[in-house]
Amino acid sequence: MASPDTSNTADLSVAMMTAPVELADWLVVAPVALCITFGAILMMLRKNTWLQAGASVVGLSLLVVACGALLAHVLLNGTVTMTMGRWLPPFGISFTVDILGASLTFVASVIALASGIFGANDVDMSGRRYGFYPFLFLMMAGVIGSFLTGDIFNLYVWFEVLLISSFGLLILGSEPRQIDGATKYAFLNLVATTLFLIATGYLYGIFGTLNMADIMRKAPEMGETAPLLTLTAMYFMAFGMKAAAFPVNFWLPASYHTPRIVVSAIFAGLLTKVGVYALLRVLIMLFPAEREVLGLVVAIVAVLTMVFGALGALAQTDYRRLLGYLVISGIGVMLAGIALASLTGLSGTIFYAVHSMIVMTALYLVCGLTARIAGGFSLAEPADIYRSHLPLAALTLMLLFAVSGLPPFSGFWPKAVLVKASLDVGEWWMAGAILLTGFLTTIAAGRVWILVYWRARQEAGDSDASPVRLKPMTDYLPVGILTALAVLLGVYPEPFLDMAQTAASQLIHPAAYIDSVFPAGGVE
Amino acid sequence: MNTLIFRTIAPYLTSLMVLFSVFVLLRGHNEPGGGFIGGLIAASAFAIYGIAWGVSPVRRAIYFHPLGIAGFGLVLATFSGMLSIFFHAPFMTGLWGYVPIFEDEIPVSTVLFFDIGVYFVVVGAITSVALALEERSRD
Repeated sequence: MASPDTSNTADLSVAMMTAPVELADWLVVAPVALCITFGAILMMLRKNTWLQAGASVVGLSLLVVACGALLAHVLLNGTVTMTMGRWLPPFGISFTVDILGASLTFVASVIALASGIFGANDVDMSGRRYGFYPFLFLMMAGVIGSFLTGDIFNLYVWFEVLLISSFGLLILGSEPRQIDGATKYAFLNLVATTLFLIATGYLYGIFGTLNMADIMRKAPEMGETAPLLTLTAMYFMAFGMKAAAFPVNFWLPASYHTPRIVVSAIFAGLLTKVGVYALLRVLIMLFPAEREVLGLVVAIVAVLTMVFGALGALAQTDYRRLLGYLVISGIGVMLAGIALASLTGLSGTIFYAVHSMIVMTALYLVCGLTARIAGGFSLAEPADIYRSHLPLAALTLMLLFAVSGLPPFSGFWPKAVLVKASLDVGEWWMAGAILLTGFLTTIAAGRVWILVYWRARQEAGDSDASPVRLKPMTDYLPVGILTALAVLLGVYPEPFLDMAQTAASQLIHPAAYIDSVFPAGGVE
Repeated sequence: MNTLIFRTIAPYLTSLMVLFSVFVLLRGHNEPGGGFIGGLIAASAFAIYGIAWGVSPVRRAIYFHPLGIAGFGLVLATFSGMLSIFFHAPFMTGLWGYVPIFEDEIPVSTVLFFDIGVYFVVVGAITSVALALEERSRD
């Protein structure tokens, strides 16, 4: 330790914020701090497997409360910023929360809670000892940190946090099949993160800053002289890979069917959407002029992703693989809004992201329940669930309707908004692709329901065997919560559409975001 | 490893390295060093002991499971960042206090506890990986 007098002679008031921080502003870091604390404590108590599930459900409920409070705070008071360690931005690392970040954080926390409850029955003792719950919390810290941070290098750090925890979740159980899936997943995601890191280094070389608000202030002046188009293209490639956009999506079908079903559910709900979120931030908020130039590329990628995703789903004979292709198809629909970049288009993308997070997680969960009854994931084996487990069949039908985009469920409105947005600017082929995707998805979804749920078993001898019983609390409750949300979004979309529209307009006109980080203009 | 020289030297080397890692950790704030590099030195000390005498003596010697140590470090680092809530300062603000010991004043700060947390995270995580790899190479 050096003598303290050297550090005290400098005038810190020019480098540090002196204004006291409101207690409510702590909500900005509360979700991440909560996740890390719970993850770390559960890691210390790894051997006490009886305690893991209960403590996690308490922790995840607290997380939902914290994220809900943060969303309410942002809706009432506008964009909030907390800069770590009192250092003035752009030198301190800022967490800046607007409606987009806050609402995605809230939905993510609900999904984590549902998965945590489901995991209480689905993850066995050895899975718990291997650390399912600590990894879940640390992954949530990564996901939520990505949604909240206002610093692009910090975004990279949270990507790494969620990636490393997701490796841990992926190989829970250490089956050879899982190692195979994890290798493909790890390799391709590491390529994407490396590209992200290279692009960020390049960005720092151009701007000399990593704070997103600061970049936005400097980007318009640099447009003529700096190679911003290259930079944007690199980011598009990196995040497109993360989001599983065509043609760099092959890691997803290769890995998502290997882990435990609850892990697949969390991955399908959260990980690809973090990629879409990062695309929204970089392409729409930071570099809108460069996105203009790349618009056609993004549009072609979007159309190919959604159509090939749906075609892939049609070709599958394995329930879980089929769902993996539906995730990809949804990513294509979200990219369509980014390609249009109009207010309507972006609000459609944001709404679709929320819908897809909820519905894809729920679908993987019901797929797991179905496999428990049917004894496998093959679509060729009739399981006759319609007669033995009517509630499960009904919930699945609703979710399949939602994912196909049929009313009155959550998938309908964002797709309608996106079709309208494409027709507004005369991109009829984009509207056609979205409708074609909806049609193909409906066929794929209907095929699942008829083959697995409706078709009667051929042999009658088996029906005397004691049927698999599903537990109401750990099996039905999480699926029920998520399906109820999907129905709510579909039946009463008004407030959510408004919210998505406000979030989109904050992305297009980021003045409030910049003001929040640099009140009164800030330092030059 | 079965060389007599290595087996004799390893315990002394390990204790020396752990001591040095604490020294590096504590001088870290204003001079080269800190929790990360200190943790790496300590983890390599345990790895050396493991190579010389096998993994189970190391596990017995550190008593806690390495991942438990990492978890403890993470909790310590997070809580040292959260202390600033009582001073109306943002998350992770460095708070300083001066503790008089004999004639000197020793500066104590949340930054120091954060660094100690990082030290434990690195020791725990790297030791865990190293011990797992050493275990595998034996069978």
